[in-house]
Amino acid sequence: MILTKAQYDEIAQCLVSVPPTRQSLRKLKQRFPSQSQATLLSIFSQEYQKHIKRTHAKHHTSEAIESYYQRYLNGVVKNGAAPVLLELANEVDYAPSLMARLILERFLQEHEETPPSKSVINSMLRDPSQIPDGVLANQVYQCIVNDCCYGPLVDCIKHAIGHEHEILLRDLLLEKNLSFLDEDQLRAKGYDKTPDFILQVPVVMLCPLAVEGHIIHWIESKASFGDECSHHAYLHDQFWSYWNRFGPGLVIYWYGFIQELDCNRERGILLKASFPTDIVTLCHSIA
Amino acid sequence: MAAVLESLLREEVSVEAAVRWIARSAQSSEDDPGEAAALSALQPLRKEFVPFLLNFLREQSSRVLPQGPPTPAKAPGASAALPARAGGQPRGSRGARSQLFPPTEAPSTAAEAPLARRGGRRRCPGPARERGGRGPGGPEEGVGGESVPWAGGRRLRGSGSPSGPSLALSDPPNLSNLEEFPPVGLVPPGPAGTKPSRRINPTPVSEERSLSKPKTCFTSPPISCVPSSQPSALDTSPWGLGLPPGCRSLQEEREMLRKERSKQLLQSPVPTCPPPESGSPLPSRTGNLTDEPADPARVSSRQRLELVALVYSSCIAENLVPNLFLELFFVLQLLTARRMVTAKHSDREPSPDALDSLENPLFQSIHDCVFFAVQVLEHQFQVLSHLDKGTLKLLAENERLLCFSPALQGRLRAAYEGSVAKVSLAMPPSAQAVSFQPETDNRANFSSDRAFHTFKKQRDVFYEVLREWEDHHEEPGWDFEKGLGSRIRAMMGQLSTACSHSHFVRLFQKQLLQMCQHPGGAGAAVLGEAPDVLSMLGADKLGRLRRLQERLVAPQSSGGPCPPPTFPGCQGFFRDFILSASSFQFNQHLMDSLSLKIRDLNGLALPQQEPSDDGESDVDWQGERRQFAVVLLSLRLLAKFLGFVAFLPYRGPEPPPTGELQDSILALRSQVPPVLDVRALLQQGLRAHRAVLTVPWLVEFLSFADHVVPLLDYYRSVFTLLLHLHRSLVLSQENEGEMCFLNKLLLLAVLGWLFQIPTVPEDLFFLEEGQLDPFEVDTVASEHGLDSVPVVDQQLLYTCCPYIGELRKLLASWVSGSSGRSGGFVRKITPTTTTTTGLGAQPPQTSQGLQAQLAQAFFHNQPPSLRRTVEFVAERIGSNCVKHIKATLVADLVHQAELLLQEQLVTQGQDGGDPAQLLEILCSQLCPHGAQALTQGREFCQRKSPGAVRALLPEETPAAVLSSAESIAVGLATEKACAWLSANITALIRREVKAAVSRTLRAQGPEPAAWGERRGCSHACEHHAPLPSHLISEIKDVLSLAVGPRDPEEGVSPEHLEQLLGQLGQTLRCRQFLCPPAEQHLAKCSVELASLLVADQIPVLGPPAQHRLERGQARRLLLMLLALWKDDFQGPVPLQLLLSPRNVGLLADTRPREWDLLLFLLRELVEKGLMGRLEIEACLGSLREAQWPGDFSEELATLFNLFLAEPHLPEPQLRVCELVQPNRGAVLAQS
Repeated sequence: MILTKAQYDEIAQCLVSVPPTRQSLRKLKQRFPSQSQATLLSIFSQEYQKHIKRTHAKHHTSEAIESYYQRYLNGVVKNGAAPVLLELANEVDYAPSLMARLILERFLQEHEETPPSKSVINSMLRDPSQIPDGVLANQVYQCIVNDCCYGPLVDCIKHAIGHEHEILLRDLLLEKNLSFLDEDQLRAKGYDKTPDFILQVPVVMLCPLAVEGHIIHWIESKASFGDECSHHAYLHDQFWSYWNRFGPGLVIYWYGFIQELDCNRERGILLKASFPTDIVTLCHSIA
Repeated sequence: MAAVLESLLREEVSVEAAVRWIARSAQSSEDDPGEAAALSALQPLRKEFVPFLLNFLREQSSRVLPQGPPTPAKAPGASAALPARAGGQPRGSRGARSQLFPPTEAPSTAAEAPLARRGGRRRCPGPARERGGRGPGGPEEGVGGESVPWAGGRRLRGSGSPSGPSLALSDPPNLSNLEEFPPVGLVPPGPAGTKPSRRINPTPVSEERSLSKPKTCFTSPPISCVPSSQPSALDTSPWGLGLPPGCRSLQEEREMLRKERSKQLLQSPVPTCPPPESGSPLPSRTGNLTDEPADPARVSSRQRLELVALVYSSCIAENLVPNLFLELFFVLQLLTARRMVTAKHSDREPSPDALDSLENPLFQSIHDCVFFAVQVLEHQFQVLSHLDKGTLKLLAENERLLCFSPALQGRLRAAYEGSVAKVSLAMPPSAQAVSFQPETDNRANFSSDRAFHTFKKQRDVFYEVLREWEDHHEEPGWDFEKGLGSRIRAMMGQLSTACSHSHFVRLFQKQLLQMCQHPGGAGAAVLGEAPDVLSMLGADKLGRLRRLQERLVAPQSSGGPCPPPTFPGCQGFFRDFILSASSFQFNQHLMDSLSLKIRDLNGLALPQQEPSDDGESDVDWQGERRQFAVVLLSLRLLAKFLGFVAFLPYRGPEPPPTGELQDSILALRSQVPPVLDVRALLQQGLRAHRAVLTVPWLVEFLSFADHVVPLLDYYRSVFTLLLHLHRSLVLSQENEGEMCFLNKLLLLAVLGWLFQIPTVPEDLFFLEEGQLDPFEVDTVASEHGLDSVPVVDQQLLYTCCPYIGELRKLLASWVSGSSGRSGGFVRKITPTTTTTTGLGAQPPQTSQGLQAQLAQAFFHNQPPSLRRTVEFVAERIGSNCVKHIKATLVADLVHQAELLLQEQLVTQGQDGGDPAQLLEILCSQLCPHGAQALTQGREFCQRKSPGAVRALLPEETPAAVLSSAESIAVGLATEKACAWLSANITALIRREVKAAVSRTLRAQGPEPAAWGERRGCSHACEHHAPLPSHLISEIKDVLSLAVGPRDPEEGVSPEHLEQLLGQLGQTLRCRQFLCPPAEQHLAKCSVELASLLVADQIPVLGPPAQHRLERGQARRLLLMLLALWKDDFQGPVPLQLLLSPRNVGLLADTRPREWDLLLFLLRELVEKGLMGRLEIEACLGSLREAQWPGDFSEELATLFNLFLAEPHLPEPQLRVCELVQPNRGAVLAQS
């Protein structure tokens, strides 16, 4: 799903201060029926994360935390079964899972002698049954299952999606008989930067309108939508690093990308939303 | 000096004798006694003759040729606004014509004179450029404030313009004023005018001039002749006082001439303004003015011109002139002189008695100029015939040349038609990064993790900077330092350890070679893109094109016949990087690395064989040549950068020191060992007849020397060697075993260029005599050396010396000015790609003794490719052998170590003791086995090498040659492998065993091997199951619906739930896409789902009345879940969560509470062996400890009792989870 910048902006525009709930997603899908759900979710998730990054700090002042905690306490005293924490999060425009973490931390500070370690908090978020307070456990759990952008479940889904697409890509490479080194093999050899796959023999990808093809030495699979922000971060942390070591390569954004970002083709970084079909391989025998 | 010329003109002395006299000083027996007498009287002037002659010609031409070809700069007003590099015009010409040679000191003053002279010679530094002012490929002024402004140094007319005073004084237009009436091809001096062509000083003889500076003489150093607008304090020494006697007499001669000439000027009918000739329009700046026709019949004094041309040509032929191509350029300027603007007085017949004297102008008309030029060209035909096809074509089509010498034209045409050489340039390869090689780049090559990761980041920053430079460096106003400087320095600041520096330098140097080895960015300009475009467009459009060109600052222009050293194209990046980094450590490491690489490449075995009979078509030979070119170009690039970095600290904008300061600097500098012993390398090169390889890079290196360098004894001797070499490269001598023509031409071109570099003292060239000779230069090869092999082809010549292309530009500009001739000739340049592969395997520097000698001898009579093949095979097999030993012997030993360690652990208990001690024990047992490596290695090389050699050599190789080659390859490979193995095998085994030990010990540690044995998909699986991520997502949606909050209309259908669980089963059975964390989350979610089912919390779609799942449906779903847990999950399922207070608590909210599903579930769990009764009992027990509402506690107790009342089944046999992962599942699920 390759979008123009304008199309993307139109979608992003609809996402301003929308809470990350399944209801929001449903509405988004109705609004843009022609886009795939996965692409929409990916865009939503990235836009929301950008939003959270911008506003993160203001929720972490001690005054804010104190005020949230008091509101939580007041809320559950009135009705422990009501979605107090979730509503609080939506009201102050913060991710429910992150709000849950905030309150949990604050709660544990109050109830334990030693400040809770990060791993304890993480473990409790993964399994709220471990939270000593039953009401809080339910509140936290509710936040986590209702948050479609943050939280251990979402993290796991994202990880799984990434993994699945790597597998998908591996299968395609095998199917095409392209031999490669995968990330683990590269790491074992001591490479300092490891794309998902390095082709042992480079291939040329033909482009419909161009006379020349593009050489591909490596392929990176990205199970997300390539927006400006994430693409630039990836360029800086990964793609250029790969180019610096292995030459030109291909990035597959399985959920699409902004068309305008595919501007480094000549330089040696090629974007696609699927596995390329027109591939030329080196002939082994010159008969 | 004029006396010599005059005696020649009077035919008192033959030209041959005179040239002999000039060249060799000693009189030869061939000389006529009369001649000898005439010459010996002039002995003290001998060395001054050539500079005199050159200056004389320049001066003569300047009087006659005020009009250059239509250069962009023709109209002074327009040109003033033009950037200095505007257009592709030959800009060096101004300098070329406008500077004098300094006189050579008389022997008596030779010792102190250079110092005094140097002190007096004013360097006029151009306006200090800002640090950021480095333009793309700009000259090294780019060095900015810190550097010697090359151009400024000798841009005499640019800085202290001689025209200033003249203009101020002149009432009538001054025809001799070169500013107003620039001579051939001149561009007025711009701020960054062309430099090194400094030799020829403008001394336009005019009354004004002589008034303002009456004592100037032709041979005085240029600077003193130029009335400076900013006289420097250094200039105060009055030249008259310090002049040697010879010079003084010259001055007198000149004075006389000058007077005579001013007389003539006054007598001339229209002395003050250029008369429009025969209706021709006034010169315009475009090229479409009509040229004055040149007519052989109107040549004024043929005999005299012929004679001077002969003397001049002879001096050129004997390499008595510093720069062959500069002279050719000058001659072509004469040939293409457009029109004569001077007064008609020159048309008058010279008085007969003045015929032989120099009092009469040598060139009295265009006809004289062209005649003279054609005469010289005839003598230089041999050189001309080796120029590129385009130049030959332009020459052959020059109608003046045809008119004056049909014979020469015919020869040129023949040469053009016979020329097969085409000069085409490799396309610059796009910037490819240096690839990451684990052998040199992985963690093992770094001292610490930190260093490794720092370098990882640096590599990325380096390329980031490089890319940014590529994007922006051509944008106006972009500034390297401002844009990238701080980032580069920050990066360099992180290079803390020496090891990191060497890694970075390696990357830097490799990238430099990769990007710039080919002429690269500047490459396109090597021949001047313009002429090619010109010829493709046809001459008609040339004028227009030229105007267009004027407006475009053409960065590719190579800057006249003597451009200053530059960093064209990508090289600019590396220069600026070095400058911006300003890191002492980096520079030192870089110099070390460059020096090493230069030594390596300089010593590379290159073809020693003549090309075979097939000549050019011989594939091998083409390869040899290509390899030579690659090596030569690499060397030049590396040497250029070495020179740049090495002399960087000594270069500055200030004028070179003088006097005591200079002495102390000299004393200091002479202590400093040279960064690379270039003298030794040069001497070796000369001795081994490899000058053609060594000299070109040495010239690049020296071109960056600072002003002090040539004064140092060490470098002075280097220059002396080079001067002798230069003199010895007489092109006309082509003896068997001597240096090939193009090889010579290359050396002459690069040396000539070097001698024009501002930092090379002006007097150096003419001073060398008498200082013979630390090393006898002898190019007569006693044995075959590289010099006698035609390794240089035209392409290489033009690539190394792009300024030769200026000749062609000059001719092309003539064509463009003369309408429509030779238009339409389209030449298509086919870019040929040169190999980008490395420089070939380095021959292992090995074997001594008889065998080695025999091997050498064996190769001597074989094609060079055989040697390379054998060396290559040996190198590869040797290396493979080491790898093979690592993979077999060492791997076996490591495996043994692991087994031994296991035993140790079993016998000594889990702890096993101190790891260091363990390692010692293991190594002491295993390392002795390393000795086998040598045997195995030998065996490996024995087995592998012959096949490889056989595969790589031609099928037809004679059996004996083949078997010798094979055995040499085996020997070399074995030697290489065994040398490495015997030195390193123990350390290698130690390292690998150590890694294995720590691996094993870690595996023993508390970390559980969590996932045990795993099943894959079944064979029939086609991997079409829903993706795990999709299922987690779906289940999460159901969970969030159940937990709420939800809209009233939201819910799930029982069918959907059933379908979901069915899909979950499929996914779990297809393991293709499933990763452990996903399975773990699926397991947890499925348990949560079960709890919600049990608590009847799942909102069901349907009529509002029945928002709840039917019992039967719920049971069915629970059974499905139970089956999944039992059969399909391979990891642990956190079933105890079913009885966690939170999940059981879900029941507390339901009214009426229904416990039957929970009881059902518990029973099934036990029945299916998923949980033990005791485990459940424990969970129920702990549940009771939690705080519940009173009634809920009671019901819970009832449930507990009910469960306990169940008939006690025997402990089930199948407790899959527990069997598979005793105790671990629970642990994991909690974590």
